[in-house]
Amino acid sequence: MLAVARAVVQRDLLLALRRRSDVATALLFFVIVASLFPLGVGAEPNLLRSIAPGVIWVAALLSSMLSLGRLFAADHADGTLEQMLLGAAPLGVVVTAKGLAHWLVSGLPLVAIAPLIALQYDLAPGLYGVLALSLLLGTPVLSLIGAIGAALTLGLRGAGVLLALLVLPLYVPVLILGAGAVEMAGAGLGPEGQLLLLGALLVLAAAFSPWAIAAALRISME
Amino acid sequence: MLEAAELECERGARTLFRAVSFVLAQGELLRVAGANGSGKTSLLRILCGLARPSAGEVRWKGQPIASLKEDYARELVYIGHAPAVKDDLTPRENLEIACRLSGRPARSEALAEALARLRVPDLPVRKLSQGQRRRAALARLLVSEAPLWLLDEPFATLDAQGISLLNDLLEKQVEGGGAVVYTTHQEAGIRSTRVVDLGRGA
Repeated sequence: MLAVARAVVQRDLLLALRRRSDVATALLFFVIVASLFPLGVGAEPNLLRSIAPGVIWVAALLSSMLSLGRLFAADHADGTLEQMLLGAAPLGVVVTAKGLAHWLVSGLPLVAIAPLIALQYDLAPGLYGVLALSLLLGTPVLSLIGAIGAALTLGLRGAGVLLALLVLPLYVPVLILGAGAVEMAGAGLGPEGQLLLLGALLVLAAAFSPWAIAAALRISME
Repeated sequence: MLEAAELECERGARTLFRAVSFVLAQGELLRVAGANGSGKTSLLRILCGLARPSAGEVRWKGQPIASLKEDYARELVYIGHAPAVKDDLTPRENLEIACRLSGRPARSEALAEALARLRVPDLPVRKLSQGQRRRAALARLLVSEAPLWLLDEPFATLDAQGISLLNDLLEKQVEGGGAVVYTTHQEAGIRSTRVVDLGRGA
């Protein structure tokens, strides 16, 4: 079972490596969206410092959503998804592996470059770590929740917009907790509460979303 | 081995077929015939468990496949309309992943031999023709030891040499005690032991 999961992760990473431009697009999108705000709202340091967590988190949300459409659609089109449904491991394991690969390609790089982006906002020195940590806990949740939406909208016309409408409201708790953690740390109150809640969300999503994704995929594939 | 009991398939409001029943024993080759739109692909998807019939049941060695799940999936190879090969990978990589997904060991000599026998060039799949893609998909048959093959239009886009090669494969599988269900709307050069005709379509 784990061998199958490893095969799926390796396959998706290999595919991402062969299509580097797709990965780069989502990352560049994140960088550009997050960089537009200082240009738009002006260079008032206090204002920038206060909007930084929210803006960076919203940019992360949008960037993570950008790559969701491809999560199952390409495999659906060329028939490989059918083969995964007929694989030797339960579908829940396969989709978890796909979610993990999606996070490694689209979430983890965000964690790495978000502190660099935050430099533009002149974030207080102690907050970079909190920002990265909140993204580290939050982005896997985005991948898992997003995968449910991607599975549900598979093969529909206008799936991209529908996916956004479906998934973005579900991202709200992650956004509030993630941005909140950085704000709390900035206010000197300690981000532990928010980070723990984010961790709890991650555990919850990891436990339940595989079954939701698998069920949604089975419905979409019939 | 494989048993279909009173299968019925509805698509939207219309019924594609009803009361399709057959028992497939070891060493049998079943051809699903019928016009375009008569539900050949739907029947095959029901047989492999990708779709559920609106009535009836598919049983594998006496047990309903809905309760067997992955244990049933391990016993079969399904090659659908789409060849299930990734454009960005080479046929070799595709085959290796297919093996690992179905929980079979992917020995590199076996992979190379299968692809050489089907004369699939070692190029990214995007550079291959439709027929070569089909061959890359059919290579999965050579590396599997599954007793049941479910093939949807396996002869489509193959050239004469490819067709005779596939006929050889089918014969060998049947002689080795396996079973094959395949769809085609053209008469193939191989004699089926059984035919299910879905008629002229709804």
